Amino acid sequence: MATKQTRALARTMMAPAVIVLFIWMIVPLVMTLWFSFQNYSLINPMMTGFAGWANYVYVIGDPSFTQSLINTLILVGGVLLITIVGGTFLALLLDQPIWGQGILRILVISPFFVMPPVAALIWKNGFMHPGYGMLGHLWKFFGLQPVDWFNQYPLFSVIVIVAWQWLPFATLILLTALQSLSEEQREAAEMDGANAVNRFRYIIMPHMARAITIVILIQTIFLLGIFAEIRVTTGGGPGYASTNIAFLVFRTGILSNDIGAGSAGGVVAVIIANIVAIFLMRAVGKNLDA
Amino acid sequence: MARRVSTSTKVGFTVLAWAVALLLFSPILWTVLTAFKTEAEAIASQPTFFPQNFTLENFGAVQDRSDYFKHAINSIIVSFGSTILGLIIAIPAAWSMAFAPSKRTKDILMWMLSTKMMPAVGVLIPIYLIFRDLRLLDTVHGLTLIMTLINLPIIVWMLYTYFKEIPVDILEAARMDGAELWNEITHVLVPMAVPGIASTLLLNVILAWNEAFWTITLTSGRAGTLTAFISSFSSPQGLFLAKLSAASLLAIAPILLLGWFSQKQLVRGLTFGAVK
Repeated sequence: MATKQTRALARTMMAPAVIVLFIWMIVPLVMTLWFSFQNYSLINPMMTGFAGWANYVYVIGDPSFTQSLINTLILVGGVLLITIVGGTFLALLLDQPIWGQGILRILVISPFFVMPPVAALIWKNGFMHPGYGMLGHLWKFFGLQPVDWFNQYPLFSVIVIVAWQWLPFATLILLTALQSLSEEQREAAEMDGANAVNRFRYIIMPHMARAITIVILIQTIFLLGIFAEIRVTTGGGPGYASTNIAFLVFRTGILSNDIGAGSAGGVVAVIIANIVAIFLMRAVGKNLDA
Repeated sequence: MARRVSTSTKVGFTVLAWAVALLLFSPILWTVLTAFKTEAEAIASQPTFFPQNFTLENFGAVQDRSDYFKHAINSIIVSFGSTILGLIIAIPAAWSMAFAPSKRTKDILMWMLSTKMMPAVGVLIPIYLIFRDLRLLDTVHGLTLIMTLINLPIIVWMLYTYFKEIPVDILEAARMDGAELWNEITHVLVPMAVPGIASTLLLNVILAWNEAFWTITLTSGRAGTLTAFISSFSSPQGLFLAKLSAASLLAIAPILLLGWFSQKQLVRGLTFGAVK
């Protein structure tokens, strides 16, 4: 259908979007790369000039980096595990014939619309506070010593909050996928004598595989950049116990005003995200073509 | 959906589902209830479920302390402004990708998706410095610009998947009837695309409203959105649980309502059209 004229027009119409995104992607990235090889501190203006690999050695060599990297992996992995398993369970449950399905969906999906700092603060103060949080009351009710969650289990507490926010997303996507599975297919399997476990394993799981892949991909993109939840609860501490790579860059570059080292951290974060992205895009690309 | 099950099975599943759903919803419910309690009641050692002395004073206190309305207006300007700006840039692009695809269309779409994978911290420092030098730090228009850029890939993708579903034959029929390209767009394409555009608008307003990286790092007082407003409650000052709950409720209520109406679009938008 496309004539030469429409093709030229198509290119023109695409140009603004492509150009702004290209600039948005390239300019800051090149600057980050440039700063990462410079001595550049906002506190000490005397410190200038080419730094070689010094910023990288400083950032990667510091124990805080290794810990942040491990924290990032635990955070992403933990939240993925909770949301995929919990989401599958919830999607299967909500797909059953039950009363009040519409209201249930609204209740379950709601946490996703709560902005991250609110989610973090209501968990921190309303639930996890050892003095007046709900969990503290519950612990006392059972005669136990209330737990000071953010001091004793900082990373775990952050995982709980983030998982609470993303569980609805996984549930909703998996439920949508589940409901597109044809009723005939299920009934046929039932008629052929497949029991619930086999139906789940041979009919439902293969059908859900694609949706699960997509959930993993999208959540990983967002989970690598978890920031606000850490900022308003633990501030990355105690020490570096709940600092992930994203928060480490913020701490180094913005809070400590070390532009060079912060940029080096940023470059490392980009590299990590790219490794994950290539890996996931390949998996999803295969799925999307089908 | 007429699966035949016994009533007892249905009751069992219903009870289980409600129990789980209420558990997940409880932090929000608890926040709503606490917002109407007095500070003393909120932290009482014997917690109450319903507010005993129902009060609205927390909302007034929150407005006095942190100026809710200023932040809410900033949130509205940034989220709607960035979404509309994004739509203006994305509609022509998505149109041409859907109706005049070339060999490279798929690559361009995948590339746009990949820009979304770039971690924000990777570009935080240069953006922060550029904003400082251009005096864009803590301005509403600077924040709107950033928000437009981060959501542009999602807007293009969503519109693309909606436009793809518009049958090409109709456009060709219009063309055969001698419709000019401009008429083709305004009289044929736009009316059919409006529902998709509306869904895209809704989802992206929600995403921009809840964005909490750039809004916190690039603003301080003047241009702060509701995410920044609520973050100012992160360090407790005296009795504050009831006020925090009131502030939280004020920050999430508008978008929670919008969100409930947009569940379906949410799935499509956030999966880049891969799950519908």
